[in-house]
Amino acid sequence: MKITPWVRLSLRSVALAYLFVLLVVPVSLIFWRSFEHGFGQFWDWITTPAAISALQLSLIIVAIVVPLNVVFGIATALALVRGKFPGKGFLQAVVDLPFAVSPVVVGVALILLWGHGGWFGGIESLGFRIIFGFPGLVLATIFVTLPFVVREVEPVLREIGTEQEQAAATLGANAWQTFYRITLPAIRWGLTYGVVLTIARSLGEYGAVTMVSSNFPGVSQTLTLLVHSRYTDDYNEFGAYAAATLLMFVAILVLIAMTFIEHRAKGRLAEASQSYTAAPGGSADTAESAASGGDNHPSGSTAVLAGATGGKEGV
Amino acid sequence: MSTATDHKPSGDKPAGAGAPGGFLGRSRTFSGVSPVQIGVAWLWLSIIVLLPLAAITVQSFDNGWSGFWDAITDDAAIDALRITVWVSLIVALINVVFGTLIAWVLVRDEFPGKAFVNAIIDLPFALPTIVASLVLLSLYGPNSPIDIQLNATQPALVIALTFVTLPFVVRQVQPVLLELDRDVEEAAAVLGASNVTTFTKIVLPALLPSILTGAGLAFTRAIGEFGSVVLIGGNIPGETQVASQYIQQQIEVDEPVNAAAISVVLLVIAFIALLVLRIVGRRQSVREEKDQ
Repeated sequence: MKITPWVRLSLRSVALAYLFVLLVVPVSLIFWRSFEHGFGQFWDWITTPAAISALQLSLIIVAIVVPLNVVFGIATALALVRGKFPGKGFLQAVVDLPFAVSPVVVGVALILLWGHGGWFGGIESLGFRIIFGFPGLVLATIFVTLPFVVREVEPVLREIGTEQEQAAATLGANAWQTFYRITLPAIRWGLTYGVVLTIARSLGEYGAVTMVSSNFPGVSQTLTLLVHSRYTDDYNEFGAYAAATLLMFVAILVLIAMTFIEHRAKGRLAEASQSYTAAPGGSADTAESAASGGDNHPSGSTAVLAGATGGKEGV
Repeated sequence: MSTATDHKPSGDKPAGAGAPGGFLGRSRTFSGVSPVQIGVAWLWLSIIVLLPLAAITVQSFDNGWSGFWDAITDDAAIDALRITVWVSLIVALINVVFGTLIAWVLVRDEFPGKAFVNAIIDLPFALPTIVASLVLLSLYGPNSPIDIQLNATQPALVIALTFVTLPFVVRQVQPVLLELDRDVEEAAAVLGASNVTTFTKIVLPALLPSILTGAGLAFTRAIGEFGSVVLIGGNIPGETQVASQYIQQQIEVDEPVNAAAISVVLLVIAFIALLVLRIVGRRQSVREEKDQ
């Protein structure tokens, strides 16, 4: 396709103008609005007791949701990639469900399951409040962030195969050692990417959280709920802008992290696939010779283990 | 996702079936996954995802079929669903046109600052939806510096949803366009095809699956979207109230069955959209195989 410079330029202008109007103008405007009255005023708005406790609550939720997603996400990804069991296709589809479900529907579903009169509503009568309490916020956040770790770790697991783990197992590593020294280093960039996405979504979730929260400042008001309630309930427009800007800073940090990790991960993945294509001849042979040598050559086996991890480490 | 098991490098075939002996032969039985792990995966997904969705589905029929039918044929509910689907279709269409254009410019054009433009495409995914709503309200709201007041109108809904769904089509089309073989385009040009012909006959058919996937994802996201429309949408029944806002309202007036019923309708619409996409995608890949 030979495109004349004029056409090329006009296509470029239209695309950039669209992005400028849709994205850049509103985002810069809110930055400007937040700092309109100086940085001191901005600082005052984000350090009110309500704002601080909202930030704390958001961070506590992240601190609970991320480890849970990492542990169960990796377990689920492993089961989906390596397991053979009935209903696997169904489970695959379930992992993607949170992306297709509206956040408000998530909230309603949790209310109908855990809330008063719900299936598990009995827990509430035991004095353990889930909906309109802290556990509800966590459950809602886990629901919407569940796919991230699974979906980022899965392709990496598929790419690396099981040769190196087999080698490790043959050399007498137990399941935990194999996981910790072989699998985990291999998936760490995919995992990091998934965690970054999880953090971003946890901090930014609004729809699901607003349905299950009592929205009391200092008790169950997260940062996103604070933005909304400042704007609609307190008519504190600039306070809302300040809190939004705080969230926006986090979003930009996340964006930078995403770009950075994507670069690294791309390199890793290419590397992993290279080492995989090299593997059937190479690593299996060394593993075989090491295996046949058995325990008589401890130095040889550590060399293979080191080589296996080193392959991931290198370049 | 349907190709999940296809790429598995080893371990798919049953052990011993023509496999060479020795270490490699034994490796076919290695799976690295214990039944406990599979159980954990099932349990995790059931508690977090399946049980809540099962609860909402069952409870939407608490008053029987007629109750469900009454809930979803209520005038306000129909209005909300109609507005949601209508606005989401417009949003998907805008995304098809501009998403493809942006992907094209990002792949085939060179200009200073391209890397920056490429990075900010993801901003709507990283930005909390409520912030997106506030951001747009500061521009198009009551204190608009450019004196355009769109809050509580349908165009405002379209803008908010276009904002949050921007990355879908761009990010789907971009990699396909990168991979596209430019020799074919050059051949077409050499043979006298105009730019328009080359685009519609060569480039567009290759991009179509990814464009449709992106549009479908944008559509499913748009019909469920809540945070980004909550401040700028206005929540006016029959005008700008979208389905998610209607659901929230039903919970607030303590009509959980109505809320559950509309939720189920939203889920079904999303499923149908995704199903259609999968079928279209499969048909496309079958056609490609035939071509080869």
